[in-house]
Amino acid sequence: MANPQSNTPAAGNSLTAQALREAFYAGLVSLGLFVLFVGLKTDQNIRNELILVQRWGLLAIFIGVAMVGRFITVAYLRPYLAARKASRDAQVADTEDGFVKRNFSKLAVLALVLFPPVVIALSGVQGSLKWVDNFGIQILIYVMLGWGLNIVVGLAGLLDLGYVAFYAVGAYSYALLASTFGLSFWILLPLAGILAAFWGMILGFPVLRLKGDYLAIVTLAFGEIIRLVLINWTEVTRGTFGVSGIPKATFFGIWSFDVSAPNNFAKAFDLPMSSAYYKIFLYYLILALALLTAYVTIKLRRMPIGRAWEALREDEIACRSLGINTVTTKLTAFSIGAMFGGFAGSFFAVRQGFVSPESFVFLESAIILAIVVLGGMGSLIGIAVAAALMIGGTELLREMTFLKAVFGPDFTPELYRMLIFGIAMVVVMVWKPRGFVGSREPTAFLFERKAVSGSFTKEGHG
Amino acid sequence: MSETLLNVKAVETYYGNIRALGGVDVEVKKGEIVCLIGANGAGKSTLMMTICGSPQARTGSVIFEGRDITRMPTHEIARLRIAQSPEGRRIFPRMTVYENLQMGASLDNLKYFNEDVEKIFTLFPRLKERQSQRGGTLSGGEQQMLSIGRALMARPKLLLLDEPSLGLAPLIVKGIFEAIKKLNETEGLTVFLVEQNAFAALKLSHRAYVMVNGKVTMTGSGRELLANPEVRAAYLEGGRH
Ligand SMILES: Nc1ncnc2c1ncn2[C@@H]1O[C@H](COP(=O)(O)OP(=O)(O)OP(=O)(O)O)[C@@H](O)[C@H]1O
Ligand SMILES: [Mg+2]
Repeated sequence: MANPQSNTPAAGNSLTAQALREAFYAGLVSLGLFVLFVGLKTDQNIRNELILVQRWGLLAIFIGVAMVGRFITVAYLRPYLAARKASRDAQVADTEDGFVKRNFSKLAVLALVLFPPVVIALSGVQGSLKWVDNFGIQILIYVMLGWGLNIVVGLAGLLDLGYVAFYAVGAYSYALLASTFGLSFWILLPLAGILAAFWGMILGFPVLRLKGDYLAIVTLAFGEIIRLVLINWTEVTRGTFGVSGIPKATFFGIWSFDVSAPNNFAKAFDLPMSSAYYKIFLYYLILALALLTAYVTIKLRRMPIGRAWEALREDEIACRSLGINTVTTKLTAFSIGAMFGGFAGSFFAVRQGFVSPESFVFLESAIILAIVVLGGMGSLIGIAVAAALMIGGTELLREMTFLKAVFGPDFTPELYRMLIFGIAMVVVMVWKPRGFVGSREPTAFLFERKAVSGSFTKEGHG
Repeated sequence: MSETLLNVKAVETYYGNIRALGGVDVEVKKGEIVCLIGANGAGKSTLMMTICGSPQARTGSVIFEGRDITRMPTHEIARLRIAQSPEGRRIFPRMTVYENLQMGASLDNLKYFNEDVEKIFTLFPRLKERQSQRGGTLSGGEQQMLSIGRALMARPKLLLLDEPSLGLAPLIVKGIFEAIKKLNETEGLTVFLVEQNAFAALKLSHRAYVMVNGKVTMTGSGRELLANPEVRAAYLEGGRH
């Protein structure tokens, strides 16, 4: 039969038969694979003797998952994908984007603004805490960090593996200045940004002549140096103990979120005491900061400096011969990227109320870089989606308590975070080698865009 | 036509310890098309790059409009309006044609952009058709047009072209040479050009230099060199004689 997806009942039957057959084979293969690893387990009993524990139930679950998975893939998923591909090929001709696609960023911002009230409506003030704090704020911090790093890596093409250093500078600037001098968040936020930008320049100078791998190694070292300074400069940073009791931010000095303060937000509005208000305030704060980052990025890309960054990524020699000062261009990329890292850092300090060098390890830099790469270097929307999937996904793991029922009470899904993170990265990179949004959005549309059809201007993969 | 725009005096350029230019003298007057021909590895591109300050000349001097630019950084030399279409074109592959042209106008901050871009598009209508296509997906000839167009966007006083005909079909080469000639005649643009396509280049040029092993061995008007038997033997008649 030539046509793989005809709808006659005979074809349907043969498909089911084929799916059953393949499911059976998949079961056999997984039995062979898992019988020794999963079905049997060596353990020590009370008398310290080695005994063999038999886990046939667990083995059955493994095999069952493999069989059911194979059956669904063959019987439903594959025909569905084939049909979708066929229908997509059929309507390539008219690719006028739908309403949602055209206004995606506006709708997304609207959804983010409405997120806290919706969550409160659904799960009450106290119940909203988890969603706003663990998901909303956590994801938005990484969105902001990703967007900040995007200026350095995505636009200017300078591979920076030590971005977390600027995050640390911002966090410690706020933590130390607020707890020593009692300065308010609204003064320290810009100050933290400026300090981080300054450190961005300090990093920039020695690495001006480096590119690619060499640059990556030096920035990696820089990140570690900052962390080691934080650990060892105990008189100032209190070393590994970290700085605690960092003051909360206020609502522009009008309302405070301290329980004891006379102008406490909840008291002022006769609301029941809850930490949720502060979290919701923080949510809007980080949302505003992230949107500021996006706004500045979009504006800068259309300005000479932003164009110079992108040109620098493509060809440094050509840049120079066009009169672009590559030294200042690189330094501004480093310092502006670092500045947003600093903003995010001071937000982090204010949110946690506690900072320690633990929070600024290389892994953080790697995660932020992974988000930028997965999102598609340079694409704000792609990076936001990547951050939501990666950070939201790992947070979701905490929620998956039902897995304990499957794998036993000792099973802690969070521990598999990095494993899943890694698998997800591999999958995305295989599926979309240039990240979620791989093609660069041009900054100039002064003429009619239809001069050359979109399919012409798409880049090839590779 | 007599005022000297660019004067290269006894320039020696080294890559490490290897001497690529061994005392080169070249003069380009305002409004001239001057061409440099020579075998592969003679040092033609090196001379172009030395004028732009990367690498810098170890000895000797490069004078532009009476100013010593030998030790200036490249981007400042570019700001004196010496524009270059370097060897290998070096357009920005992920940027559109239009954005590439914008980059060329970086110096003036797009003050004359609309006016200039129209001029480029009349010169190279192909670029207008392809203005929202990415630079990297253009054909070789289109990329060359873009590279020249981008250099012209800087409103140069001196245009340096390194092998504009490299890898192009004869018809397109002809088009590009005609464009250069037109710019020179209508706007008095001064051009210093490196070419392998010696016949066409010599016909186009007012004066020409022949470079061998990092030294200028011969100079004269384009017509003189075309008639010179040595030049004919080495660069024009291929291996035929
Ligand atoms: N970056 C470099 N490092 C070391 N040697 C170099 C470098 N660039 C060029 N050279 C050497 O300098 C000499 C002159 O090279 P150049 O590129 O100027 O030649 P060219 O005349 O432009 O040749 P072609 O016609 O092939 O472009 C060559 O021997 C080349 O190997
Ligand atoms: Mg050359």
